[in-house]
Amino acid sequence: MVAAVVRVAPGLTRYAWVVAVLPVVSAVATLFFGRRTPGRGWIYGVSSLSAGFLLALGVLWHFVQGGAPTSASVSWFQVGPFRTDLGQYVDGLTAVMLIIVTAVSLAVHVYSIGYMRGDSRFTWFYVVLSLFSAAMLNVVIADNLFQLLVGWEVMGLCSYLLIGHWWEDKTNSNAAIKAFITTRVGDVPFLFGIFALVFATGFTTSNIQHIGQMVARGDLSGTLLLAAALLLFGGAVGKSAQFPLYVWLPDAMAGPTPVSALIHAATMVAAGVYMIGRLFQVFIHADHIVLTVMAVVAAITMLASALLAMVQDDIKRVLAYSTISQLAYMVAGLSMGGAGYTAGLFHLFTHAFFKALLFLCAGSVIHAAHSNNMSEMGGLRRAMPITFVTFAIGAAALAGIPPLAGFWSKDEIISTAFHQGHYALWAVTLVTAVITAFYMMRVVLLTFFGEYRGSGHPHESPSSMTGPLVALAGASVMVGFLNATAFNVHLFTEWVHVGAVEHEPFNYGFAAISIVGALLGLAAGYQLYGRWREREPLAALGPAYGLLQRKYYLDDLYLKGIVLPIRDTASAGVDWFNRSILDGVVHGFALTARGLSAVVNLFDRTVVDGAVNGAGEAAGAVGGRLRYVQSGRVQFYAAILLFFGIVGVVVVAVAVSR
Amino acid sequence: MIRLPLILIFSAVLFSAGVYGVLARRNAVLVLMSIELMLNAVNLNLVGFSASLRSLTGQVFALFVIAVAAAEAGIGLAIVILIFRNRETINVDEVNLLKW
Repeated sequence: MVAAVVRVAPGLTRYAWVVAVLPVVSAVATLFFGRRTPGRGWIYGVSSLSAGFLLALGVLWHFVQGGAPTSASVSWFQVGPFRTDLGQYVDGLTAVMLIIVTAVSLAVHVYSIGYMRGDSRFTWFYVVLSLFSAAMLNVVIADNLFQLLVGWEVMGLCSYLLIGHWWEDKTNSNAAIKAFITTRVGDVPFLFGIFALVFATGFTTSNIQHIGQMVARGDLSGTLLLAAALLLFGGAVGKSAQFPLYVWLPDAMAGPTPVSALIHAATMVAAGVYMIGRLFQVFIHADHIVLTVMAVVAAITMLASALLAMVQDDIKRVLAYSTISQLAYMVAGLSMGGAGYTAGLFHLFTHAFFKALLFLCAGSVIHAAHSNNMSEMGGLRRAMPITFVTFAIGAAALAGIPPLAGFWSKDEIISTAFHQGHYALWAVTLVTAVITAFYMMRVVLLTFFGEYRGSGHPHESPSSMTGPLVALAGASVMVGFLNATAFNVHLFTEWVHVGAVEHEPFNYGFAAISIVGALLGLAAGYQLYGRWREREPLAALGPAYGLLQRKYYLDDLYLKGIVLPIRDTASAGVDWFNRSILDGVVHGFALTARGLSAVVNLFDRTVVDGAVNGAGEAAGAVGGRLRYVQSGRVQFYAAILLFFGIVGVVVVAVAVSR
Repeated sequence: MIRLPLILIFSAVLFSAGVYGVLARRNAVLVLMSIELMLNAVNLNLVGFSASLRSLTGQVFALFVIAVAAAEAGIGLAIVILIFRNRETINVDEVNLLKW
């Protein structure tokens, strides 16, 4: 049995592209047949992602066996000598990402059956959900920059559609627009980064692996490489919600909660980090200033957003800010070069599971409490035991409590930071870990403990919702052991690494510091929120609390400094253009038309009417004169007849005689 | 055999007499008679040319003209009788209502 699998497994990597195509098929099927299908079409997405997940496991098996990366491609288009392929590059990272995306997306698909039940656009929701997964899977398998860009942009579109799913509410559609435009601010540098890279290769290739090899050989100009790396990182800053473009992500909470889970765990935000990982050669071989920029951005982001997470009342916003913070951990890991590569991507891997879990739990809570606000929750652990237990597991994983998934990956980043001598970064990651533990404790206490403060009757969610929760909770417990360095397990490192595999020995001292930090955060959280207080305890911080409440005024700055001036200028310009140019043209046309029609009118009345009336009048006048010829005297007629007869005879006679 | 020019001259005189009668006479019966003169002048022409050219066409045509002249005289006299019954006159210059 095992032998058979071993023989088959290398072949499966050749079919990795099927994983990405399946959701496209299901999206189309749902679009055309969804409404006529019993259950209104979830079956297509769920079955295609189930199949995709199994296939992804098969692909991963190849790398469990220690298989080598494979690639395959077909020609896509050719511009002059520049050829672009449509292809796949499958290595350990690809395989792991395929697992993440299909697993989380499958969980979200199943979960949405219950969560979105009765929604007026249920079928459409599933169409976009499948398309979203397909786009992310395309990014994952893409072997060249342009194919990656296609998936990247389709994801932007899908996130817009899903965040604005309930667009009847103006806030939601605004949030969708904000997400779209903010990520677009990052996408433009990304596009130019791609151009810079392709230009640097002298328009010979857009294949990521080829570019990586050229970069490693030092074939590309340093300046262009630096520019490309910085621009590409700009794309990641937008997509993966790093400072200063993270503002869209908390607002993206306006979307249905399963969408938040998908965006925050497996697709949208993961794409940015994944892209850095995929193009890692570019980043580490460019001027080291790139890695420094990444580290600084990551440090600012993780601390700033973790602080913001402390003061949110909306349970989903807490999780949103925590996502931003955790993404910053990943970027921080990657910013440490080859040493942190595995750690950063391992955190991406584990985070996907427990963050999806946390979001889906939050959705379950919101479903029951009919409110996003934790001030209207409390005491839900009795009504919703499954949600409570799974949420607690997710929260503990996020807080970095061993032996859950978050502990292993986060500890790896923190200890690598110290070993590589990035002491400032190490301090920031450690402090953020403490804050993370603190605000997760706060969320758990405010939501599940104390007395119920809302007005509804909370109840446990249906099994289609709790099922994915239990599965993801199981994953959140287990996946950390893939790289449990304490037990000398380095599976993930063997799948995903750059350069030689080095096993950093597990340092109990650092782990102890991390654990103590996490426990400290939890204890502080319990101290402040163990008992429900009407007044937010953190409000005692005074102005600092206000600053956090106002989100560092960053949103206001963007609105007042960028959005409004541009919008006002633009609308003033459009108004001016409308009034002077367009109206001028329109009025000009009208005036010309009026002048012309006056001329035509004159012509009509004088020439045309004159001719018609004149002919009539002339005929009348002539007739009036001539009628007296008709005297009634027959002999007079005969005389005239005779006269003209003679004239006629004479004329004919003259004519003939000549 | 009478020579053709003499016949044509006689025919022209007869036709002219007819024309004069049609234009100058006031009595409708006399006008009709004058028309008869003109028709017969034409018949004379036809017969004269027929004899001169040794072709029967002219004589056949003359027979047709005589038939038409008979019909015309019949209708003409009937009209004259009806006019007389209505107007108590057969002066053509007094029958002038069909004008303007």
